[in-house]
Amino acid sequence: MSSLRLTALDALHRALGATMTDFAGWDMPLRYGSEREEHLAVRTKAGLFDLSHMGEITVTGPQAGEMLDHALVGFVSALGVLRARYTMICAEDGGILDDLIVYRLREDAFLVVANASNAQLVLDELIARAKGFDAVVTDDRDTYALIAVQGPEATGILAQTTDADLPGLKYYAILPAQVAGREVLLARTGYTGEDGFEIFCHPVDAEPIWQALTAAGEGRGLVPCGLSCRDTLRLEAGMPLYGHELSTDLTPFDAGLGRVVRFDKTTNEGAFIGRKALEQAAAAAETNPPKVLVGLVSEGKRVPRAEYTVVSTDGAPIGRITSGAPSPTLGKPIAMAYVDAAHATPGSTVAVDVRGKHEPVQVVALPFYKRAR
Amino acid sequence: MSNPQHLQYTKEHEWLTAAEAGVSTVGITKHAADALGDIVYVQLPEVGDTVTAGETCGELESTKSVSDLYSPVTGEVVEVNQDVLDDNALVNSAPFEGGWLFKVKVEATDELLSADEYTALIGG
Repeated sequence: MSSLRLTALDALHRALGATMTDFAGWDMPLRYGSEREEHLAVRTKAGLFDLSHMGEITVTGPQAGEMLDHALVGFVSALGVLRARYTMICAEDGGILDDLIVYRLREDAFLVVANASNAQLVLDELIARAKGFDAVVTDDRDTYALIAVQGPEATGILAQTTDADLPGLKYYAILPAQVAGREVLLARTGYTGEDGFEIFCHPVDAEPIWQALTAAGEGRGLVPCGLSCRDTLRLEAGMPLYGHELSTDLTPFDAGLGRVVRFDKTTNEGAFIGRKALEQAAAAAETNPPKVLVGLVSEGKRVPRAEYTVVSTDGAPIGRITSGAPSPTLGKPIAMAYVDAAHATPGSTVAVDVRGKHEPVQVVALPFYKRAR
Repeated sequence: MSNPQHLQYTKEHEWLTAAEAGVSTVGITKHAADALGDIVYVQLPEVGDTVTAGETCGELESTKSVSDLYSPVTGEVVEVNQDVLDDNALVNSAPFEGGWLFKVKVEATDELLSADEYTALIGG
């Protein structure tokens, strides 16, 4: 228990009565009250999250872009300054080591954000992969706390704490700014399927920023939100979670995310780690479709959960659940699953083995939820 | 949180009323309901079923997990709480009252804890 890492907002979470959980070695808020209420607040008003467990790694230097093109599957050097991209780091055999957001802070500086559970691995890999490039990889996990404000009211709330040009800050863009008078990196990114912002700040500034946002959110329905609702929010939005939909056993093509692999990179003569295996995976996906990541919706009340077996209507195993939860927005259990391509057509009826009982579920296209723009 | 003095408890976080005309009411504690989080599915034994002390007799499913429900008593189920089956959130909002689960004609009980013993067990 005592070995868990605490975020800069730990005392605040306890004062708010949060139920805490061990998440990748961090003691994180799971929920403050009802996770369903927190989920619905993000969908209809706004939610405030402590995401300080996320792993920040900075890459700087004249060849920082080329180095990341070599190390990751994306075309990072083509990214505009102050823009962001979803990408992945793969092993030589094409297996996914982590999924990442990369922000270009300057011409020669990038902020890589890894999942907490993989941050050390990603850091070690980036340091190893930087060899031969004029680029420096820095562990900035303790440099930043990360606070997210997400939901339709997020812009209005944040606007009361900053003079930054929020309408000008596009989706997947980042801006150095002041929030509550503190220097931050303000990004329009998130993992909820809603509009919102992620605020990278110095850990000592985390509490004043959290308090300023809380005050600004009064009367606008802002509530503190834990990781439990973050999981159901991302699931409804059809967003993959490493360790569930993504793993070292899968390539981006297996996960239906082949688009993140940029064979058209022009740097390093197009070479990057995993390229050969990924070309084979891409070709194999064309000729012999792997299992397909689909959405499942149940009309019952029992929840299809990760690792449960998906079966055809005649009871033959056809896949497995990767994530499942009761969907607060749909009011029904939902799940993501890898199923045989023959059963992946939206509208098909399959079943899930819920502790011995086959519960019928319908295959649907992902995402389950898309916000109205 | 306080565990009502007039109830008895199990290590599996169920509570039991003293028998009235041979019938006791069973529920789960607030500690258990809080640990589970929002309950989304409740499976209870049916009226007429015989439940056995210490054995599973149902299931509580929350956003995050599935938990077996253990019966603290042996005997015939004489009533189940339809309100809870209709509105699972009652278990979260009123675990010691409106969120009771079922009533049993008691033949035998498991080893039970007093409120103070149970409070000590959960580190309260």
